Formats: sequence, structure tokens, C-alpha cells
Amino acid sequence: MELWPYIAASYALGILIPGVFAVSAFVRVGAARRRLAAIDPRANRSGARSGRGGSQ
Amino acid sequence: MHRFANPGQFLRLSGTLVPWLSAGALVLIAIGLIWGLVFAPADWQQGNAVRIMYIHVPAAWLASAGYAGLAACSVASLVWRHPLADLAAVEIGPVGAGFTALCLATGSLWGKPMWGAWWVWDARLTSVLVLFFLYLGHIALVRAFDDPVRGYRAGAILALVGVVDLPIIKFSVDWWNTLHQPDTITLTGAPHMYIAMLWPLLFSTLGYTLAFAAIVLTRTRAAVMERRIRALLMARASAQEPG
Repeated sequence: MELWPYIAASYALGILIPGVFAVSAFVRVGAARRRLAAIDPRANRSGARSGRGGSQ
Repeated sequence: MHRFANPGQFLRLSGTLVPWLSAGALVLIAIGLIWGLVFAPADWQQGNAVRIMYIHVPAAWLASAGYAGLAACSVASLVWRHPLADLAAVEIGPVGAGFTALCLATGSLWGKPMWGAWWVWDARLTSVLVLFFLYLGHIALVRAFDDPVRGYRAGAILALVGVVDLPIIKFSVDWWNTLHQPDTITLTGAPHMYIAMLWPLLFSTLGYTLAFAAIVLTRTRAAVMERRIRALLMARASAQEPG
């Protein structure tokens, strides 16, 4: 039986699934950081990038 | 422990950790997968199909380890009522479900050429499918309440009840006569695996573990910031209300 299609599909999923989660997580955190910086000058000043403005 | 559970401390610490975890994950996964796909030997019995192991085993490990993390957050949520534990539990759920789906899918892709079937109702496969449904149940339950705190509590109870599935997954291959092979790597004994196959498996497993941690930390960072945004908008709205 030809095995390579099964192997290729496994590797594609192994890259695709974690990749989608990783990209969506970084996009989401970037959007949250920009929104927080826009509405909270304190976060903008102290650097929301490191999260210093995000404390509650 | 509580000091690091402070949202501000968490954002600072995770902001430092995530780039290192992400870089480590990329390097280790690349090494593990290229080594496993190109340089590792084929199995004498399974041939090249054994290369699916370099995806399937890390996914299986993270399906269970992710659920253990979800259960640990649930304990912190129920015992200490810590909001950061609630947010982390909510963010672990979808990622754990994704890795469990990856485990099931690659298991099917491995099973078809080896067993002649995409799926069998084997104890190991079935218990991992139950784990997938537990993740989906948790995802649905935490979002099913108007009051998020009630959702977090209900989700935490479900997560703790579901922990019983973890030893069933682990020992299913010992307790029942399964088509799935017994554990090749155990904590107590020497691995029953050729060393040239073991190294790439360790690299890919460690790489995917770092990736899982980086994804969960990043999602939790976003959730903390989003909650801060909601709190600021509500405070602003209530300040503008007349009277």
C-alpha cells in the first residue's frame, strides 16, 4: 500500500492545526493590545506591549 | 504562586516568556519533523507509516497534558476563586480540543494503512474520543451562561469530573486487549524504541509542548486585556450616565 499520502496528510495537519491556533492567538493579542492602548492612555504610556497597562 | 497569578504580573511574565517559547517551539518542531520525515529509519514492520508517530505522539501527549492543565486551573478556580485561572481554563479548552482532534486524525491516518480501518471502537481510541467530547463540553458550558462566573464554575466542575478519563486513556492498553499498541515510552522503564527514532520524537514532543504553552499563554494574555477593555468601557459608560 502506498503510505506517503497518509504521511503527507499527517504532517500537513500537524503544521496546519497548531499554526492556525498560533496565528489566531497572536492576531487576537495584537488587536487587544491596540484597542487597550487606544482607550487607556495609562496602558499606552507604560507600554501595553509588555502588558504593564493590563493589570486589574 | 498567587503573586504570579496577579494579572499584571502575569502579563509581564508571559510577555517575556512567549517569544522564547515560540522561538524554541519553531526550532524544535522543525528539527523533529525534518529528522523524523527524512533521516529517521523506517520501521521493520510498519515501514514509513511509523513517521506519522512524530505528529501523533506529541498530539496525544498534549491532549492529556492539556486536560490535566485544564483540571489544575479548575481546582484553582474552585478553591481560590482566582479569575486568572478561569481565563486560562477557558483558553486551554479550544487548544486542547484542537490537539485531541489532531491526535484522532493522525491516528486514523496511521490506522488505515496498518489496521485496514480508519476507526475501531478500541478502548484507547474510544477513551481519547471521550476526551475530545469533554473538551467540547467544557467549551460549550463555559459560554452557556449569561453570568460568566457561573459558566466558569460549571466548566470547572465538568473538567474535574472528566479527569477520570485520563487514567483510563493511560491504562486502557493494559486493562483491555486493544488493537492500539502498548506504551513504547514509560517513566519507569527503558523505551522500547530504536534510539534513532527516539531522538526526533523527543524533539517534536518538546517542540509541540512549547508551542502549546506559547499559544495558551498568548490567548490568556489576550483574554486578560479584553477583560480590562470591557471594564474600562463599562466604567466610562457608567460615568457618562446622568445622575
